[in-house]
Amino acid sequence: MSGGTITRLEPSTPRGGGESAAASELTYLEAISDALRTEMRRDETVFCLGEDIGAFGGAFKVTDGFIEEFGEARVLDTPLAENAIIGTAVGAAIEGMRPVCEMQFADFISCGFDQLVNVAGKMHYRQGLAVPIVVRLPSGGGFSGGPFHSQNPEAWFMQAPGLKVVAPATAADAKGLLVSAIRDPNPVCFLEHKGLYRSVKGEVPAGEHTVPIGAARRVREGEEMTVIAYGSAVLLAEQAAEELGGSIEVLDLRTLVPLDRDAVLAAARKTGKVLIAHEATASAGVGAEVAALISERAFEDLDAPVRRLCAADVPIPFSPPLEQRVLPQLDDMKEALDELARY
Amino acid sequence: MSATDVRMRGDARGSATAGSRPERANALTDQDRLALLRYMLMMRLSEERTLKLYKQGKIPGSFYDGCGQEAIGVGAAFALAPEDRLCILHRDLGAHFVRGLTPDRYMANYMGRSGGVTGGKDGNMHFGERELGCVGMVSMLPDMALVASGLALAFKMRGERRVAMTFFGEGSTANGQWHEAMNMAGVQRLPVVFMLENNQFAYSTPNELEFAVDPIERARTYGFEGITVDGNDVEAVFGAAARAADRARDGGGPTLIECRTMRMHGHGAHDDMSYVPEEMLAEWRDRDPIELHAERLAAEGFDQDEIERLRAAVSELVESCAERAVASPMPDPETAEHGVFADRWEPLGDGQAPWSRWDDRDPGHGPHADGGAGSSNGHGDLGIAA
Repeated sequence: MSGGTITRLEPSTPRGGGESAAASELTYLEAISDALRTEMRRDETVFCLGEDIGAFGGAFKVTDGFIEEFGEARVLDTPLAENAIIGTAVGAAIEGMRPVCEMQFADFISCGFDQLVNVAGKMHYRQGLAVPIVVRLPSGGGFSGGPFHSQNPEAWFMQAPGLKVVAPATAADAKGLLVSAIRDPNPVCFLEHKGLYRSVKGEVPAGEHTVPIGAARRVREGEEMTVIAYGSAVLLAEQAAEELGGSIEVLDLRTLVPLDRDAVLAAARKTGKVLIAHEATASAGVGAEVAALISERAFEDLDAPVRRLCAADVPIPFSPPLEQRVLPQLDDMKEALDELARY
Repeated sequence: MSATDVRMRGDARGSATAGSRPERANALTDQDRLALLRYMLMMRLSEERTLKLYKQGKIPGSFYDGCGQEAIGVGAAFALAPEDRLCILHRDLGAHFVRGLTPDRYMANYMGRSGGVTGGKDGNMHFGERELGCVGMVSMLPDMALVASGLALAFKMRGERRVAMTFFGEGSTANGQWHEAMNMAGVQRLPVVFMLENNQFAYSTPNELEFAVDPIERARTYGFEGITVDGNDVEAVFGAAARAADRARDGGGPTLIECRTMRMHGHGAHDDMSYVPEEMLAEWRDRDPIELHAERLAAEGFDQDEIERLRAAVSELVESCAERAVASPMPDPETAEHGVFADRWEPLGDGQAPWSRWDDRDPGHGPHADGGAGSSNGHGDLGIAA
């Protein structure tokens, strides 16, 4: 590599074809920290940059203790400037580093959008230069964060060719997809839902663990209808399916760009009835894209119109009753499934 | 160099202050000084030839040049070592040539041909030759100031004695990303050289509507030095850039260099510059950077015939490059959908570094003991060596 003074370290944990023998129960948030720590130990070119991620350990404590282990050069506290975070990451990545940017809240990506969309996203297409950066985006609502700390901006990135977009729903996927994102030679938007940080726990393989970008995951098998979801909506779907007791298939997209089209079409064809669910707003969102794909390629296999359960097209309001009205709730999911079953 | 090399503020006739000679290590040989003239001529003649292609309808979109600003890109890029990196602006074609680009690749890029640097993916000056250590600009200005800071951050993290250089106009100092870049570079003391080209107008907007305080005065507030040089004096630009690059390599952090100059053509070929007073143009026309340098060389005893031979050789080169560019086919439409994502990361290569300072350097010097791509000094491969 250019400037070959960086050495890639030997893995500190055993490799085992994507799995390792040991696993432990981690929260979604701990799994993200584990992914970062594992990659930073494995590869000296990996470093984190963002606001308050050093001594403070990050607003959500994802990088808690990192500065002690890796030093302030690799756990870089930046000025409060999102374009600077992403723009310098782009330059460092072109020069062979693997930066992981933390947006303190996903909402603040609007302040760094230009560097992400116009510089990072278009660089390889225009110039043949790979930009291996990860932008971590703590997203989602449900805790009275209000209009500027609750958004789910993933559809913004889907309209910007050149960006990969992942949105894990489980702890194991959070780790595996983050490791894959760091190793990917492209800019990857990593949407980590804040509501899942401490509420979701699961077995996470220790050490080496990757989940391929672009592969959906079947969460639950069913014959009657299919819920296609990602992020926080996967949990709602699972819970609704359990409570309703029907034969409901649940597909977790996990990656939004590139979309696992084969898995979407197979799941739609299998049951003929599809509900697409996500916490982001409805119009021109992931659900619209998935519904268009199904209507173009699996129309003949449908037994009912494709339905969507999404947030209303409004800013996320602050007050709990208003926010609950806007964001999809468990009862909304059950009601939508019930209607679809009766169609 | 004369005592009027460094001008503080002021217009073309602005009051001169004490100039500073380049330090011994930054001296230019006779061959170097001829090379500076050669690269400026390459830029001027290539742009004139490409303007003809535009007028012949061979260029989609508009045409943008840096007429009158040749000394800045050439002088600044000339100060860099092969392993240094650049983000070059649309007024600085000469910097690409210093790094080793040939004019045919530039012209083909303007025409959207497959032989252009971007293969038709992007137009005009939106390119950087990866193998020559350049990262292509985007239209949003000064976005590349942050990217250059990131290149410099990588050098700093790895403890390498390397420099990133980027160029922007005074217009882009009004944008928030300029502040973000200056602040980030200042806080982290990044090895980056910021070349500010004050060409008097942001498209049609004059300096007095762009800022209340000259941007060079802001450098101090970011914690690093800002200096103003005569942007039409290639040796003054070179000297300032060389000192800034050395400071960056030595861990001294960034430098902001304001080059006072004049955009002698419109923003693009579609712009008739009706907003520029004729007297202003006339005044700057008398200070043409190429003629200034040629006259200085002649006055200092350089053989006039040699200078004329140089002009002829460059002219010949440009003409043959134009023929090659016109012969380059249009890209296969299928390639429009290729390359959105990368399969792997590949390093930037090293650029050509014609300054004689690097000639006798130990090949194992610097971070490229493992050998970067395209590492070459000298300027003999363009067929115009003096």
